[in-house]
Amino acid sequence: MTAITHQPLGRKVVTKPFLVLGLFVLIAAYFILRRFLFGMGDVSNMSNGYPIGTWVVLDVVIGTAFGCGGFAIALLVYIFNRNVYHPLMRPALLGGVFGYTLGGLAVMIDLGRYWNAFNLLLPWYGQPNSVIFEVALCVMAYITVLWLEFWPVFLERMPPAFKQRFGLDKLQAFLKRYMYVLVAVGVLLPTMHQSSLGSVLLIMGSKLSPLWYTTWLPLLYLTSALAMGYGVVMLEATLVNRAFKTPSEVALFAKLSRVAAGLLIGYLALRWGDLVDRGYLELAFAGDWDGNLFLTETALFLVPIIVLLSRRRASQRWQFVGAVCLLAAGSLYRLDSYLMAVRPGNGWTYFPSAPELMITIGIVCLEIMLYLLFIKTLPVLSGNVAESRGRPS
Amino acid sequence: MDISRRQFLRDAAGAIATAAAAPVAEAAAPFAPREPKQLPPKAIGMLYDSTQCIGCKACVTACKAANGKPVEQPQHLARWNEGTWDTAEDISGKTLNVIRVYQNGTMAEKDREIDGYAFVKRHCLHCVDPSCISVCPVSAMQKDPVTGIVTHNPDACIGCRYCVYGCPFNVPQYQFDEPFGRIAKCQLCNHLLKENLLLSGRDSAAVAVEEGTSATSLWRQSQIPACCNVCPTGASLFGWVDELQAEAERRLARKPGEMYEFPRGLLGGDRAGQVAPVGHYQPHIYGEKEAGGTQVRYLTGVPHEKLGLPKLPDHSFAAVSEGMQHTLYKGMIAPLALFSGLVFLARRSARQHEEESGNSKPGDEERPS
Repeated sequence: MTAITHQPLGRKVVTKPFLVLGLFVLIAAYFILRRFLFGMGDVSNMSNGYPIGTWVVLDVVIGTAFGCGGFAIALLVYIFNRNVYHPLMRPALLGGVFGYTLGGLAVMIDLGRYWNAFNLLLPWYGQPNSVIFEVALCVMAYITVLWLEFWPVFLERMPPAFKQRFGLDKLQAFLKRYMYVLVAVGVLLPTMHQSSLGSVLLIMGSKLSPLWYTTWLPLLYLTSALAMGYGVVMLEATLVNRAFKTPSEVALFAKLSRVAAGLLIGYLALRWGDLVDRGYLELAFAGDWDGNLFLTETALFLVPIIVLLSRRRASQRWQFVGAVCLLAAGSLYRLDSYLMAVRPGNGWTYFPSAPELMITIGIVCLEIMLYLLFIKTLPVLSGNVAESRGRPS
Repeated sequence: MDISRRQFLRDAAGAIATAAAAPVAEAAAPFAPREPKQLPPKAIGMLYDSTQCIGCKACVTACKAANGKPVEQPQHLARWNEGTWDTAEDISGKTLNVIRVYQNGTMAEKDREIDGYAFVKRHCLHCVDPSCISVCPVSAMQKDPVTGIVTHNPDACIGCRYCVYGCPFNVPQYQFDEPFGRIAKCQLCNHLLKENLLLSGRDSAAVAVEEGTSATSLWRQSQIPACCNVCPTGASLFGWVDELQAEAERRLARKPGEMYEFPRGLLGGDRAGQVAPVGHYQPHIYGEKEAGGTQVRYLTGVPHEKLGLPKLPDHSFAAVSEGMQHTLYKGMIAPLALFSGLVFLARRSARQHEEESGNSKPGDEERPS
């Protein structure tokens, strides 16, 4: 096996799609400004019945699950020693870097008393029984680890003379030597906080339907986050491959499909087994809002299992369909358990306002813009991508 | 690709064992909720008797005055007044307690479920094992170890609103309409109680008790929670939780319609009571066991679910959540064990990958990222 080479795509950065994305980011910036000037109520439909809205659920709970690509691939490559997946490592990591960093940005917009956020790091304020406390610390640490893991990409791009002058070549060697420690931390932290994002809901006993409320929430969240990590890697690679006509990685994904499908089977077996065990099976078939949401989730989870286990997984089109359904299923599971299946009582309802959604959309657009910028200017993608011919986009 | 299938299976088995063994071994006992918490030694609280409430909302006004909260006027109720009348519909960032009304059919009779109406007061129940304290990442929510009052510290609060999300009674309220909003909740007029001899210092109270002064006379009448202080009928009654519980049980034991002297203000205080017929109570003292117990008791004429008092199990969800965290993170042993396994496996893989790519040109480094 030969070493993996990474190269920048080297295409034009400021393109039409890039500008359109930028427009959405500007719209979001306007509403973010309003949020800080006039309060959250000015732009958001959140209420004291639904105090957690799209900023947390879409950008953080779902957003960080989308950012699990780096975690999922590192687990395969370094913990299960499957070097064959190594070419996927950098793009997956880059997705994680932005998924998590911008999730952190969304939290700062969402915090009602953001100027006190530093209290999280002061030991006399920290409250270790709080699940959110653990999630907050883990996510902060993981964002740091992700940037450190990604740091060699910047170092590679710097001229050797510059590196030598500032001793950066030594840093590069140091990072390379001890990267395995960072990798281990980078697998441990998401294991902790992705499962804890499920534990957060253990406090919701009376407000959350038994279809979602179970003490298995941490494991369900962890397995689905990992599966979503594989899904997002497939999705990103397929989109980059189609847009830039880079060498196809379809064969590799056919292998990866089986890993993802295995995780999903485990997830569904645990979910349904636990439901039967607790004696709430009839709720799934009650035909009401909650029951139908639950069945929709299961159906969405079944699609990728079937697609990714069949012969069709060898086709890029079907891989794409499988990945999209997988991500939709994992996202719906999170959206349901955090918002759509939550019943605070007293007639409270919630649907996000347009400005609130525009902030969420703007953050996602910023994520895509930065991803494009990075793969075009930094050595992220593997192989001779720069030489491949494609329409400029 | 020269790793054999067997090699992979062995690695995989090792990794799975590392990942699974650590937490499993650590949590030898299966997951169990944390031990329930007990009522503090000098727990104080409130008894609200829905059948005695006349819906005058003097408590709401007094609460606003005592806690410096503004009048609240929802847009759709603006036509009802010209800016003076408080028309808060529920507790909010500006309203710490509120009287709500249950209406059914013709509303002919008070405290009747069908064709009747009933009042209910909403405010913090000061749980024995509060969810808000359990979820707060920065210890902004605190329970007084002596009186059991659940207080909020805005200087610690980061505004994440998980207390709002997790409270089974929807009590903490964030001020969404403020750029620098804070969490508002009933703190049982903590600032008034502080001046009370009985709570101002345990030593002085102990001295007074030794001198033969009865405990209740140490409460100065005006320094009890504002809502109980102004309640004309004694529907809101302040006192020690154990005594309030006994009072609630006394009322339940009486025959409906029988005349009874309802204490007002402070249970055991020297204010004259209100003589009125005993209500047709539901045979349940709400707040005694709900969510692991609270320091507020409700007696109602209509089922409590109709009044927005949710049906809850006898255990606190905080005990479930903390039980899980303590199982997984006890002494951080499981995470550390997992971490050691991960470092070992990652190091070996990194070495192996490096060897495999050893024949490549220098500078063409193998990097994990």
